[in-house]
Amino acid sequence: MMTWVYLVTAIAVLLVLGLWLSWTANRLDRMHHRIDVARASLETQLLHRSGTTLELATSGALDPARSLLLLDCAHYARAAAADAFEPAESDLSEALRAVFADAEEVVTLKQDAGVGELLVELAGDCRKVVLSRRFHNDVVVSARALRSRRRVRWLRLTGRAAVIGTVDLDDAPPEGLAAD
Amino acid sequence: MRVGLVCPYSLDVPGGVQNHVKDLAEALIALGHEVSVLAPSEDEGDLPAYVVSAGRAIPVPYNGSVARVSFGPVVAARVRRWLRAGEFDVLHIHEPATPSIAVLALWAAEGPIVATFHTSQVRSRAMSASATVLRPSLEKITGRIAVSEYARDTLVQHIGGEPVVIPNGVYVDRYAQASPRPGWRGEGGTLAFVGRIDEPRKGFPLLLEAFATITEVHSGVRLLVVGGGDIDRARKSLPADLRSQVFFLGRVSDEQKACALKTADIYVAPNTGGESFGIVLVEGMAAGAAVLASSLPAFRQVLGGGRYGVLFEAGSASDLATHALALLADEARRKALARAAGPAARRYDWSVLAGQVVEVYETVIGTERSGVR
Repeated sequence: MMTWVYLVTAIAVLLVLGLWLSWTANRLDRMHHRIDVARASLETQLLHRSGTTLELATSGALDPARSLLLLDCAHYARAAAADAFEPAESDLSEALRAVFADAEEVVTLKQDAGVGELLVELAGDCRKVVLSRRFHNDVVVSARALRSRRRVRWLRLTGRAAVIGTVDLDDAPPEGLAAD
Repeated sequence: MRVGLVCPYSLDVPGGVQNHVKDLAEALIALGHEVSVLAPSEDEGDLPAYVVSAGRAIPVPYNGSVARVSFGPVVAARVRRWLRAGEFDVLHIHEPATPSIAVLALWAAEGPIVATFHTSQVRSRAMSASATVLRPSLEKITGRIAVSEYARDTLVQHIGGEPVVIPNGVYVDRYAQASPRPGWRGEGGTLAFVGRIDEPRKGFPLLLEAFATITEVHSGVRLLVVGGGDIDRARKSLPADLRSQVFFLGRVSDEQKACALKTADIYVAPNTGGESFGIVLVEGMAAGAAVLASSLPAFRQVLGGGRYGVLFEAGSASDLATHALALLADEARRKALARAAGPAARRYDWSVLAGQVVEVYETVIGTERSGVR
């Protein structure tokens, strides 16, 4: 009789353990999916930002010196290899800050019929880059915390999912643009 | 003639373009012309009399590195003021395809305009897009000068036109009249190297490899190393028996570089590639050192195919060592080379090159008497 009790308890414990592990694996899986989504969103925002920059540079509203700098950095950012996009995007942020350093001029430019809209769009792009990068890194940090748990490591619940890193780049927007 | 020169990069920071502009300005002044240089600068009190500051330079990422330039609405207004006040007969812009006062001056000016292109490496994809933005400005240039064949090729490929090549100059007398430093001399002879030690294409590792062979055969030879880089690491990487024979001077002033070249029996240029013009060979020739250089096309040309110096197979440490040993043992040959090289170096003296630049100015001005507006 006692053997039965032991057996049933053992089976119940195993069942709970199994459910718990599968729930963890599920959580991990959902997290990886959220990272993919966040990463795609960040990449879209970055592409949008460099696209708007290119449009501004070729609009003729800025002097050739600044147009040239923006063109160069935007092209570099768009052409950068997957492992080199962080410095390239940081350079673009730096160039944007240098170009729109004069807050008073930005106010005047914003009223210009031709580029006003583009500037407002660029300001939005810059803010969205900051947001999407923060959200991406948030998910990455929580996924890493979960992946470092013993049960995940010992039972290899991660499967073949690649090691994930945060995206570290300088995305501080130009002050003149940020003030809306 | 009233000449307005525009330098895109901050004069407070040493660099090829900045040095070129300063040297050219001084050479033009020596020829009796009136020169005003517009350049960004941090410290307005510390500038030569012929320089006008365009404002503070800010570091920006450009073409894969960091450029110290200035731009923006305030700077653009300063550029226009300088142009109007200068009443120049000719405007000479350096490196006009940079995001700087060079392109701002080009944008604002009309009239006889000359531009000198220095760069030989550009990222072509960005460059072709930039061409659209730049074209209206670049079209204003009448006379185009490239400082080397490489720069000329880049220019023709991306912008077009028929540029003339006028190389960087050397003030030959500064080298010819420099005084040797007995303390730097090696008892068995002195070799000199000039260039960054951690930039492999300058050939320093190759020279060290050859130097080990040289000291085995010919004892007491000293190697003077002029140029920046991680000296501590370089010294540690040397075999113990070579350490006392290699003398690192680090980044030194032009005067000290001239002294080092004057002290040397042989100036070695072991570059493995990427050298568009062998300006440094001319410095060695002017100082009276026997020049031993790798057989790159640019070096071969400066050395007159071997008449003004000895060429060794580029990239071969053993060939370098063989020729260095032969030269060390033959003082008469070294003297003969130096005698031939001295007058040859004069062709690159600023007084000669500034004359060529003035000819370009005169051609560009032609019959136009209205000057730069």
